[in-house]
Amino acid sequence: MNSTPLTWRETMAWSLLGVVLFLGLWSGLTTSGLVPRQFLPPPQEVASRFIQLLTSPFAGATLPQHLGSSFMRYAYGVLLAAAIGVPLGLLMGWFRLLDDIVTPIFDGLRFIAPIAWVPFAALWFGTGIGGPVMIIFAGAFPPCLINAYRGARFVEPRLIEAARMLGTGHTRMILEILLPAAVPSIVAGLRVSAGLGWQSLVGAELIVAAAGVGFMMVQAQGSVQTATVMTGMVAIGIVGMIIDVLLRQGEAWLRRRRGLEA
Amino acid sequence: MIGRRGWIGLGTVAALIALWFLLTTVTGIVSGARFPSPAEFWLSLRQIWGRGYAGGQLMSHALHSLKLVAMGFAVAIATGIPLGLWMGWNRKAEAAINPVFLVIRPIPPLAWIPLAILWLGLGDSAKILVIWFSAFVPSVINTFAGVRNIDRPMIEAARMLGTPRWRMVREVIAPAASPLIFTGLRLSLQASWTTLVAAELVGALVGVGFVLNMAQQDLYPGMILVGMVTVGLLGWATTALLGMVERRALSWNMAARD
Repeated sequence: MNSTPLTWRETMAWSLLGVVLFLGLWSGLTTSGLVPRQFLPPPQEVASRFIQLLTSPFAGATLPQHLGSSFMRYAYGVLLAAAIGVPLGLLMGWFRLLDDIVTPIFDGLRFIAPIAWVPFAALWFGTGIGGPVMIIFAGAFPPCLINAYRGARFVEPRLIEAARMLGTGHTRMILEILLPAAVPSIVAGLRVSAGLGWQSLVGAELIVAAAGVGFMMVQAQGSVQTATVMTGMVAIGIVGMIIDVLLRQGEAWLRRRRGLEA
Repeated sequence: MIGRRGWIGLGTVAALIALWFLLTTVTGIVSGARFPSPAEFWLSLRQIWGRGYAGGQLMSHALHSLKLVAMGFAVAIATGIPLGLWMGWNRKAEAAINPVFLVIRPIPPLAWIPLAILWLGLGDSAKILVIWFSAFVPSVINTFAGVRNIDRPMIEAARMLGTPRWRMVREVIAPAASPLIFTGLRLSLQASWTTLVAAELVGALVGVGFVLNMAQQDLYPGMILVGMVTVGLLGWATTALLGMVERRALSWNMAARD
């Protein structure tokens, strides 16, 4: 292994080389006519389409409007998953019977890809808000549940013993012992949930929605507007990245506040 | 022996089936237009198993999807693991490739589906392409992390003994990184199924996702349930298979751990 880590300057130089090669290959292939533009537009065309879509509508709305309606569904789905998954996970971590009942159901459902819920979601809740929200929920729910459960399950037994000796009831035990101890695990789960939820959102909108970025991309695909499809991809990537960065910041802030290492 | 946990699990499943029967068939609280009764599920299963639905029998749809996942997954492994090994081994490669990853990684694999359809149409190759995209990233990242987490003294020792480079990769680096590589493979496999089902729902002419799509358009709850159960079973079976391979490949490590 090349054991010595590169210096900062070397890293930057190689990174720059990588990006330049990537963009160069992309624009070289497209501007030379080796790959038809209609197939793969050059980067500058995607960039200008992106800027254009910020103000001019496509498929009934501008890009920010599409992103707005996507994000609203996303927020509903993820919040619902957290609101049900985290308490259920904590309860399962405390009450053994509930654990034994829910786990087999959960294990059975785990192997069904969230996206496979699309037909039932459309049948039960329609294709407006409800259907997509249910699919996002299906994607974001498992990490919320699993991490809250693990966090509650692996609380230091001494804490539980001590609390029990002081005669703590079930409610206070869960709220004041298990919940605080499980917070790091829960937050890590939420971050995974947020990522999976965003991914499910894209899938849901590609298939059933009537607005949103995914819908815009399908419409653009239908009319062979490759630059618009790629604009959608870029927008989805940027928003996904922002969500991830914000959650990382939140996690770091929480760790600092709890006096753990930054 | 079945323990307490097992009995409660069995009881739960039995209770669920009883509840399903009760809600749909006995009381009719849940109408057949929303969720199928056990009898409707059975009829749908028999229909697709024998006469076929959406252009084929259940087995041919399932095998087609399985084939696509296997191919996409195989291509992703064959490209992802070597790239991860290389990036782990060579800091310059890491520095050059990482930024490209940082740009591409935030784009969810499912977002590639429209582009793949534009490029390759509704056939098999578009699906293999998107499966490759989705399964590639977890295999690269975990292989890379696996190489970076190897104990330094082990590499130093091998180097001191004058191990040639390719033997180093084959006999030291790859085995030592294999637990994390398998973690990556499990994530890749899961991603492959999700992506395939999504791609088949968006546009396909055969496959489990296509069955789901047709059933949705026909407002046919029984067949939707058959499709979902099939997706679940396929995911479970392939995960179990990978687990068996993993146990065999990592037996040295498991023994050391116990």
